[in-house]
Amino acid sequence: MVRFLLSRLAQSVFILIGVTMITFALAFLVPADPVRMIAGRNATPTVVENIRHQLGLDRPIPVQYASYLTRLAQGDLGRSYMQRTDVSTLIASRLPATLLLMAGAIFFELLIGLSAGIWAATRRGRFSDKAVMVASFVGVSAPHFLLGLLLLYVFANLLGLFPLGGYGTWRHLVLPALTLGIAGGGWYGRVMRSSMVDVLRQDYIRTARAKGLKERKVVLVHALRNAILPIVAMIGLDIGIFMSGAVVVESVYGWPGIGQLAWQAIQVIDIPIIMGVTLTAAVAIVIGNLVADLVTPFIDPRVRL
Amino acid sequence: MSDASRKFLRNRLALAGTLVILLIVAGGLGAPWLAPFDPHEQFFDGLTLEGAPLPPNEKFWMGTDLLGRDLFSRLLYGARTSLIIGVVANGAAVAIGTILGLVAGYVRGWVGAAIMRFTDLMMAFPALLLAIALAAIFSPSLWIVALVIALVNWVQIARVIYTQTTSLATREYVEATRALGANWPRLLFVHVLPHLLPTILVWSTLGIATTVLLEATLSFLGIGVRPPTPSWGGIIFESQSYFLDAPWLVFFPGVAVLLMALSFNLVGDALRDALDPTQRGR
Amino acid sequence: MRRIRSMLLAASAAALLAAASPAPASAAGSMVVTYKDDVSTLDPAIGYDWQNWSMIKSLFDGLMDYKPGTTELTPDLAESYEISPDGTQYTFKLRQGAKFHNGRELTAEDVKYSIERVVNPKTQSPGAGFFGSIKGWEEVSGGQSETLSGITVVDPRTVRFDLSRPDATFLHVMAINFSFPVPKEEVDRLGADFGKSPVGNGAFKLAEWTLGQRVVFERNPDYWKQGLPKLDRIEFQIGQEPTVALLRLQRGEVDILGDGIPPARFLEVKNDPANEGLIVEGGQLHTGYVTMNVKTPPFDNVKVRQAVNMAINKDRIVKIINNRAVPANQPLPPSMPGYDKNYKGYAYDPEGAKKLLAEAGHPNGFETELYANNTDPNPRIAQAIQQDLAAIGIKANLKTLAQSAVIQAGGEGSAPMIWSGGMAWIADFPDPSNFYGPILGCGGAVQGGWNWAWYCNEELDKMAAEADALTDPAKKAEREEAWRKIFIRIMEDAPWAPVFNEQRFTMHAPRVQGDEALFVDPVHIPVHYDDVSVAQ
Repeated sequence: MVRFLLSRLAQSVFILIGVTMITFALAFLVPADPVRMIAGRNATPTVVENIRHQLGLDRPIPVQYASYLTRLAQGDLGRSYMQRTDVSTLIASRLPATLLLMAGAIFFELLIGLSAGIWAATRRGRFSDKAVMVASFVGVSAPHFLLGLLLLYVFANLLGLFPLGGYGTWRHLVLPALTLGIAGGGWYGRVMRSSMVDVLRQDYIRTARAKGLKERKVVLVHALRNAILPIVAMIGLDIGIFMSGAVVVESVYGWPGIGQLAWQAIQVIDIPIIMGVTLTAAVAIVIGNLVADLVTPFIDPRVRL
Repeated sequence: MSDASRKFLRNRLALAGTLVILLIVAGGLGAPWLAPFDPHEQFFDGLTLEGAPLPPNEKFWMGTDLLGRDLFSRLLYGARTSLIIGVVANGAAVAIGTILGLVAGYVRGWVGAAIMRFTDLMMAFPALLLAIALAAIFSPSLWIVALVIALVNWVQIARVIYTQTTSLATREYVEATRALGANWPRLLFVHVLPHLLPTILVWSTLGIATTVLLEATLSFLGIGVRPPTPSWGGIIFESQSYFLDAPWLVFFPGVAVLLMALSFNLVGDALRDALDPTQRGR
Repeated sequence: MRRIRSMLLAASAAALLAAASPAPASAAGSMVVTYKDDVSTLDPAIGYDWQNWSMIKSLFDGLMDYKPGTTELTPDLAESYEISPDGTQYTFKLRQGAKFHNGRELTAEDVKYSIERVVNPKTQSPGAGFFGSIKGWEEVSGGQSETLSGITVVDPRTVRFDLSRPDATFLHVMAINFSFPVPKEEVDRLGADFGKSPVGNGAFKLAEWTLGQRVVFERNPDYWKQGLPKLDRIEFQIGQEPTVALLRLQRGEVDILGDGIPPARFLEVKNDPANEGLIVEGGQLHTGYVTMNVKTPPFDNVKVRQAVNMAINKDRIVKIINNRAVPANQPLPPSMPGYDKNYKGYAYDPEGAKKLLAEAGHPNGFETELYANNTDPNPRIAQAIQQDLAAIGIKANLKTLAQSAVIQAGGEGSAPMIWSGGMAWIADFPDPSNFYGPILGCGGAVQGGWNWAWYCNEELDKMAAEADALTDPAKKAEREEAWRKIFIRIMEDAPWAPVFNEQRFTMHAPRVQGDEALFVDPVHIPVHYDDVSVAQ
């Protein structure tokens, strides 16, 4: 187990370095010049070249990459070209909003997924089972931006139950979190259903029933404990989807998270921010995948570490 | 196989999905005859005097967009964009994923390891950020968008194919053929690939749903297919800020994207059930 | 370019309640202003975006300023100034009693230090280019020297500028944010973080800054201007969607929409009688135009460029953006000195345009590319232009890209046509020369420049230099006439097709008061923070 963890950690470091390398290369392939964005529209060519030199952007790209890695190893993410602030400060000021959004999304995923899955599993083959499963597919097939706009239109504009976007109270959180959570909830519902159906066939469930336990207790206590494991692994794998979804959902709702930060930075090729956000997202995804891998053995006893 | 097709045909949802897909294909192909107007024509009477778009009415069945164009005609032509990208981008992604997965799973050694580590790396990349960056590098056109999506979407397929290939490669008949001295590309394509066809078929269908959603999202962010080519996501991008006052501009194309993705998901899921009942989840 | 948040993306703020009784000068209070995007920095050497431009103007003062609500220059930190007869020497006498927020009195050394700081490439200031006429600029901006030989501290209260050429815009340059004096000791102490804890000498000082959420200004009790500011406190709320901000304003939680009325809600808001008197309309120093690269065929033919001018239906484009602009026929916007009211420009005439194209040897039109920024409404405007061009046979393929990529293509000369919306051009100061040099003069027609039409007319450059040599304030009218001629001559060559000038629509809560002009101040956008007041 320890050996597994260590080797996975080593692999993760390798993956993260690879991510920085690709991002760095991509940032330099964009056909636009970050220095021109910094220097402004009154800059003469000399001024532009001087700023380029100040930023070290006149060095060969491999040299720049090496110096980026060196500073990264010391925990320095660099300084934003346009905002003139440490990237770590910028990310730290926005990460809580994104994490909050993710937490809210996971809450809704579980709420929707578990209730739909359990409901459908205990009514297997009936009309309500089919209806729930179709609904879950609709959730899966709806693009984030469409859901976002529709929820905003219905619940914020027509009914006035929630604010029209923004950040601050729990009311602001509900719609964006729900938007991100519906798609995942659809998947969870499907997985939960089949996992629950499997578990309900197991011997120990029959025993529990035979002992005269109430069906409600059998399902919600004994069966759920085992049936929920695949879901835990899925949450880990979902981090990547959240990171992508955040770009869209944050833009629809004006949520001040790192998705918006990345989007704005890409518009003006603010390379340090692009690097920092991608790396942050990659770290989150790697952690999520690790969690999923650690949980898997408990789901399927045949997979041993 | 006949068992599988019977199973598929019994799934009424899948049939409904197939029907919707056929309708969308017919709408896209038949757009020149079905569309009441030129999708590019900006009508003078398509906007109010203050420049507001028109809600659905007798002349413009689904209303007009912010430039006074007929929304229904644009939706019909937009189906072409979505379908072309869905098929081409996803086809490319499946091809890339299959080849890499096959080679990695069969060759193993350092080549296989390198391919799979690269796949891991791509898994850790936030997909949409990657797509946005690629779209910024290559200025978007229909084919570029398809390429970008393929470059982002092949990863999962590669992993699935890899896992299956590794288990197939250890089967006796493959080992036996290898012992007989068959060269490996021939072996892979003749003896291994056919066994993977069900998986590939399922992923090709399910993947189209993902692709359609990703294309719509890229267009929604303003980095999709270049205007004025109509695209469902693009229509929403152009209209999103007006959605409180002109909800039809978001509603109609949004429902179109949803229906298309839903249909491909339903069909793909039914195929999976029919072809390989052991696989579940994503 | 960062400042170029076009009003279409973000109209602007406040207004006044139907001639409510003027608030007494002592009336104090607090006001809430919303913005969507982060405030990046409040360092006057660096800040150049929509949000911070006016905020910096309230934290810092310059040698010169404009009378509130007008484009009329007036001495500010300078008590008086003198211009040598040849227009190459400007001497400013500083006011006594103007103190930095740390209590130290402003000296001539501060003025010299601050401008040298901006020009020094280590500062990476987007404003370095504005000071190009000061002697020694090349050495400092090239990194060979740290002191500008053209700035002399005569005594602690007198500073003299020696220019390498007569420059009539120099007083405007002394009113631009980049010239605002900063205290050296604080910059040295705070280093790169000066922009996050600015120490200025303006009407307000920074009280609180929660990154990504809130910036709070409070009254500077030692401010040298009597009776200013009229507010005790301004709270800038960040990350507020314009749509949300509008609703909150209607609920009385917000006083001024920093990003303006959201375009999509504009018609509804404007047509609602409840908002009467809360929306103030004014011109702004902006022109939206299509550039045509005169160096490459077919746009090297003036007839083709004129045909494009005649092909674009500007009235329809103005309608598409809900009449929040006026059609343009020349580079200068109507509120800019030098605008020619009598010039008619090229009327919309697709038939005439076709004839011109045929004369130019393109009876069947041609295929080309039109670049545009990919933020709404620019792709829509570009599509409207595309349709107009198609009507005369020009097939323009659209390239809608991020602004950085369009700017790159324009500066490289690889873009045949560019729609300028979302990128260019809002004047940095209210003077016609600012609409010439970088975007229509030979100086801008270089690699990485902003003259995307690559139009370079040596004769006009000479005329421009002559106009800018008219530094005597008494010759103001003569100078304006000279500029008028230059811009009309440009239109004969038609390197641009001017499309429209955006109008500003400033919306404010009923309790915010002040002269109507303060709400459409051409320089302080969205409002003149120092001069507005609130009803108690």
